[in-house]
Amino acid sequence: MISFQSVGKTFARASAPALHDVTLKVQAGEVFGVIGQSGAGKSTLIRLINGLERPSVGTVLTDGEDVGALDAGALRALRRRVGMIFQHFNLLSSKTVAENVAYPLKVAGVPKAQIGPKVAELLARVGLGDQAHKYPAQLSGGQKQRVGIARALANGPKILLCDEATSALDPQTTEQILDLLSELNRELGLTIVLITHEMEVIRRVCHRVAVLDAGSVVESGEVAEVFLHPQHAVTRALVADAAGLGAAATPGALRLTFRGQATYEPILGRIARDTGVDYSILAGRIDRIRDEPYGQLQVSLVGGDVAAARERLSAAGVRVEEA
Amino acid sequence: MFANINWADIGQASLDTLVMLAGSLGFSVLLGLPLGVILFLTGKGKLLENGPAHAALSFGVNVLRSVPFVILLIVMIPLTMLLVGTSLGVAGAIPPLVVGAAPFYARLVETALREVDKGVIEAAQAMGASPRQIVFGALLPEALPGIVAGATVTAIALVSYTAMAGVVGAGGLGDLAIRFGYQRFQTDVMVVTVLLLLALVQGLQWAGDRLVIKLSRR
Repeated sequence: MISFQSVGKTFARASAPALHDVTLKVQAGEVFGVIGQSGAGKSTLIRLINGLERPSVGTVLTDGEDVGALDAGALRALRRRVGMIFQHFNLLSSKTVAENVAYPLKVAGVPKAQIGPKVAELLARVGLGDQAHKYPAQLSGGQKQRVGIARALANGPKILLCDEATSALDPQTTEQILDLLSELNRELGLTIVLITHEMEVIRRVCHRVAVLDAGSVVESGEVAEVFLHPQHAVTRALVADAAGLGAAATPGALRLTFRGQATYEPILGRIARDTGVDYSILAGRIDRIRDEPYGQLQVSLVGGDVAAARERLSAAGVRVEEA
Repeated sequence: MFANINWADIGQASLDTLVMLAGSLGFSVLLGLPLGVILFLTGKGKLLENGPAHAALSFGVNVLRSVPFVILLIVMIPLTMLLVGTSLGVAGAIPPLVVGAAPFYARLVETALREVDKGVIEAAQAMGASPRQIVFGALLPEALPGIVAGATVTAIALVSYTAMAGVVGAGGLGDLAIRFGYQRFQTDVMVVTVLLLLALVQGLQWAGDRLVIKLSRR
């Protein structure tokens, strides 16, 4: 659906490129996250997808079109098929909620008679059916983002771009907005690309993730894999807070990762008993990545047959690593 | 107390001032608004960025703004003749008033447009809006309170410009104040005309502020 081929972007008068040799693919129907600290190039990356920025080198293909090569008219046509929401919502303060949602429809030349019903349908979709005549200043942050989402969906896009869409919201509102995004992904088959600096956002909604650092993709893959077994230092730093696992471990400690059904089974206790090892749990977390449960424990094993215990844990589907 | 006052003259002068003000404000907005929009759009990093066009327009605006109004009134006489058929009276005063005020208003419009949140413009671009759709659908509605406030400031500046329009025999309250109140030491005329001008300025500011509040949705 979206593909970056060796994409670089250098801004005029900048010493270092904002993006360097980025190659990645976003599949149709998936929620793809890009995470990185501020200044890593996330905003530039997402803006290349709908041509708000043009690549300096390489090719960006969005819905089959070479974004960098489109003329102004073709670019506008593409943008109508790609919705976008923003950290600060970017609503028209002078227009009502309904008028904000109607604007992209007008822009696309939808006949007036169809705009009213379509706006009502969109507002109902995001749970704001009763707020149509308010002005943005009268809404809460979460409600404003819902208007942003309704506006982005107005022309029935295949792709939704989320530029730090929950970064200005409190944790509870963030959850609600992320749930709405997941729902839209499932029910409309919407392909979503979101950028964020929060691992929690990635963990809750994304299928796959790319970690961006200083303009380069340093790690990418399935969210559970990247989140539970981070390889790069930047990824580890991003995961450390979110995972609730202490960075400083006892020497010889092991990190055990349970995924899926194994999370709820008494594997560790059974194996400890059989092999005569004692274990102490140093840190741990049991949670979900999207809908998949996982558990991750830092343990130290003492006494008994530690080698056998490690073997049996692996055989039971538990991933064992040196912490 | 009001020995020197000819109320009929005062009435005529008030009417002249109002006609000059309304006429010149109308045309100043009509010319200054698009000029301000073009100044903004051709600026650096804006939708229709065009360095040479922006520099030329900006220079033209600065030239007109730096000519003292009394001089403008005189040098414009041939052009005024061409436009309204006379260089005298209220009609003769309106073209120079417009040429003096429109560039001023254009700058105020440009400033008001710069105040519009860049994110809102980016959102409109991301929707696939054309520059024209962005200007009329997002930029002007968002900047409307600032554009109206600018018109208020321009109207009040025009009130003081009209005082100088007496040079071409346009009359008005300011002219009355200068010729009778100042040059003939008729303090009562001075007081009455200045009070009327004050009432006019107060009224304009009040109406403008009310309108801005009504238009602001922030």
